[in-house]
Amino acid sequence: MKQLISLNVNGETHELAVFPWRTLQEVIREELKLTGTKKGCDTGDCGACTVLLDGRAVLSCLLLAVRCQDAEIVTIEGLAESKDRLHPLQEAFVNHGAIQCGFCTPGVILTAKALLDSNPNPTKEEIRVGISGNLCRCTGYAKIIEAIQAAQSA
Amino acid sequence: MEEFTVVGKRLPRVDAVVKATGEAMYAADMELPGMLHGKMLRSPHPHARILNIDTGRAERLQGVKAVVTAKDTLGYRYGDLILGKGDEPFLATEKVRFVGDEVAAVAAVDEDTAEEALQLIDVEYELLPAVFDPLEAMEEGAPLLHEHAANNIACKSTMRFGDVEAGFRRSDCVREDRFETQPVCHAFLEPHAALATYDSTGKITFWGSKQSPYFTYRNMPRALGLELSKVRIVQPFIGGGFGGKNEMFSLDFTAALLSMKTGKPVKIVYGQEEVLSAGRQRNPTIMDIKTGVGKDGTIMAIKCRIVANGGAYISIGRMTRYLMGSVLALPYRVPNLEYDGYRVYTNNQVCCAQRGHGVPQVRYAAESQLDMIARELDIDPLDIRLKNALQPGDNTVNGFRITSCGLTECLQKAGEIKKWREEWGELPPNKKRGIGFGAYGFVSGPRVAGHNTAGAMVKVHEDGAISVLTGATDSGQGSDSCLSQIAAEVLGLGLDKVRLVMPDSEVTPLDPGTFGSRVTFVSGNAVWIAADDARKQLAEVGAELLGAHPEELVFRNEQVFVRDDPEKNMPFTKLVKSACYSGTGRTIMGRGYFAPELEVPNYETGEGNMSATYSFGAQAAEVEVDTDTGKITVTRMKVLHDCGRAINPMHVEGQLEGSVCGGLGQALLEDKIKGKDTGQASNPSFMEYKLPSAVDMPDIESEAVETIDPVGPFGAKESGEGVQVSTVPAITNAVYDALGVMVKTLPVTPEKILKALEKENEE
Ligand code: FES
Ligand code: FES
Repeated sequence: MKQLISLNVNGETHELAVFPWRTLQEVIREELKLTGTKKGCDTGDCGACTVLLDGRAVLSCLLLAVRCQDAEIVTIEGLAESKDRLHPLQEAFVNHGAIQCGFCTPGVILTAKALLDSNPNPTKEEIRVGISGNLCRCTGYAKIIEAIQAAQSA
Repeated sequence: MEEFTVVGKRLPRVDAVVKATGEAMYAADMELPGMLHGKMLRSPHPHARILNIDTGRAERLQGVKAVVTAKDTLGYRYGDLILGKGDEPFLATEKVRFVGDEVAAVAAVDEDTAEEALQLIDVEYELLPAVFDPLEAMEEGAPLLHEHAANNIACKSTMRFGDVEAGFRRSDCVREDRFETQPVCHAFLEPHAALATYDSTGKITFWGSKQSPYFTYRNMPRALGLELSKVRIVQPFIGGGFGGKNEMFSLDFTAALLSMKTGKPVKIVYGQEEVLSAGRQRNPTIMDIKTGVGKDGTIMAIKCRIVANGGAYISIGRMTRYLMGSVLALPYRVPNLEYDGYRVYTNNQVCCAQRGHGVPQVRYAAESQLDMIARELDIDPLDIRLKNALQPGDNTVNGFRITSCGLTECLQKAGEIKKWREEWGELPPNKKRGIGFGAYGFVSGPRVAGHNTAGAMVKVHEDGAISVLTGATDSGQGSDSCLSQIAAEVLGLGLDKVRLVMPDSEVTPLDPGTFGSRVTFVSGNAVWIAADDARKQLAEVGAELLGAHPEELVFRNEQVFVRDDPEKNMPFTKLVKSACYSGTGRTIMGRGYFAPELEVPNYETGEGNMSATYSFGAQAAEVEVDTDTGKITVTRMKVLHDCGRAINPMHVEGQLEGSVCGGLGQALLEDKIKGKDTGQASNPSFMEYKLPSAVDMPDIESEAVETIDPVGPFGAKESGEGVQVSTVPAITNAVYDALGVMVKTLPVTPEKILKALEKENEE
């Protein structure tokens, strides 16, 4: 049986009827149509589905939507202040060539956001460890790390 | 004044913003009203005859709209892009040939229902003996996968150039070694996805994660009995391809077939587990290589036998076995060359192209062996490479014509890392360090079969912006940006004036697709020509307005002026408006096409020049090995790549760094562990199948070495694949330098290191 839930995503509250076994990722993508949250593996191994839950980076494919009712959820669509003003991390990823196919990008950017919020001046090593749960097959991570460093000093 | 205003600049990608905001739509993100969800039923057996399929129970499940099996198909077989003799039905006909082979498919109102319906399809199988090892598969009496292929040999190459035996006799050091490589998956993060809709005019419109949509364009109509132009392939953003999204796959055809059956749009998205356990992979190989070298370091002869375990179907295997042999002639001068290459059918997952296509395996063997020979001859590994490096103007024994070639410069620059040794200081007794080199040459726009043409159109909008239309796919490598930079430069515009148009078979011109490192070189030239055509059309109008000859006009910084009289000028936008809104109402649309002058090489004998130009490069790795645990850490890498000209140095670096990451994975981490009696991958997740993560990657110094190719657009050639070719040997050679042992099977795991050290201690 479906359950009525209310989810706070990107500052908006949504009343939804969902099956209790639906993951946050599925609800975000399929009900709210926020497809910037990607499905890379669905098993918690790639980081492409990362969203912020009360400021922490979490894997939305491993969370049940019904358990996220009291949290503030931010997806990649909710990061920029407005359409014409990117978040400094997005800006840095664009300018430093940290994006190739872009499939990992939303997840990596949100992980980096949580990282910089908790540790505003991470060392390169701390960045490496911080994003090690986000796989990227395209970039070799070098430019991603560079972009995060640039955003931290921005 | 600088030579160029856009080319050569570190500009952001044209698609970066929408990717950073999550607005970029990939195939799995798309939806259509009334859309159904499809799922595939896969074979649980490695080899079996299908006796009967009963779909009745599945069809009766509420929410199921269609179930299809081979009976619903025309029996079309895909694969074999070289000869067109495909052997892979998109739904298994009489047999299944590996665990994961697609047998049937369901379309239902949602994914859960489709999944449930799969359980209700009853397939009766007669089990057949299976074979997983390629050498066993070649033996007399081995189970046969395909009736037409005796001894399971899908195809074979026999290359004979010069006299290898004479070469070995003249050599002072001759080594014979066997190297083996593992199955490696492409590991694009975006799993395959397809959305198809069939309308009442009999047309299929298809969005899929295809890195070469024109393959699908040509195969889909044949498979479904439609006219070619009644299939429209529209390309969304692609989440990485690396060679693994070139071909059409079962889901592509099946989504279309299910849409035809149901009259509704149908989407099929594979799970990553399906991709890893049933999708394509890199050919595992067994390579017996013999190299002879004179005491001054000159390579005299190479003889090599390679057995590639290609899996159940041919795919692009004819190309693979050719490439594996032909690249023995790169990047060094090899006067005598002999190669026997076999691509063998086994009951495993199917292999296809993967970044470097067959070449990383071979260069691993050849470059590693070269270091062992150098040690025996007491020659520096860098010197032996410099001694034999191909030079501009060389012709290789198999007919490759080397035009631009910066290998020597790349090697010299890579050699600068020798100073790293001085920085090591005193190391603890359980830590050993080493440095190693690898070098390569790679094709840039080969002619694979049939045509190799690329077309382009440059539409000039009334506001002075342009759209660049090509059939070339950016699967993440950045080609859309590269092509946009080329067009912008020719027309003297900023990159912000280029609007992105993705391939759409109904609109964009012909292009075979993204493979063989061809887009910059081939499509790049087409775009250059098309932009120049648009420029000429505008120049005619401008000449009249400015009172000059069209050839005298210069387009630069969004201005048009007369070369020797720059006072006579006008803004580009004004010129465009004058052209568009003049009495004749000109439509400014530039048109261009390009095909390098090439013959298709002879894949059996290996003769022919396969590419109009070749990229070259060298890399150096520094490793630290813990002799207690066997753990290898790559601490630094330096990558030098001759890409002709870097249209965008930042993106070239990105390609080099990504390639290093892929190569490091193959060298040290990645391996599909196959069940002994099933051939099935037992680690089909990114938890168990280890991709390099950020902590595994060293700092990389990468640099483009420019040789300005005579044919490439603005002198550019490929930068997407070559580098991955020599990452593995740079690392294995660094380990060899550190420990004095060469591990001859990939990946080089701590376990293998400890075993090798143990063995050395015993000796
Ligand atoms: S999709 Fe959630 S971690 Fe991969
Ligand atoms: S940019 Fe493609 S996976 Fe990261």
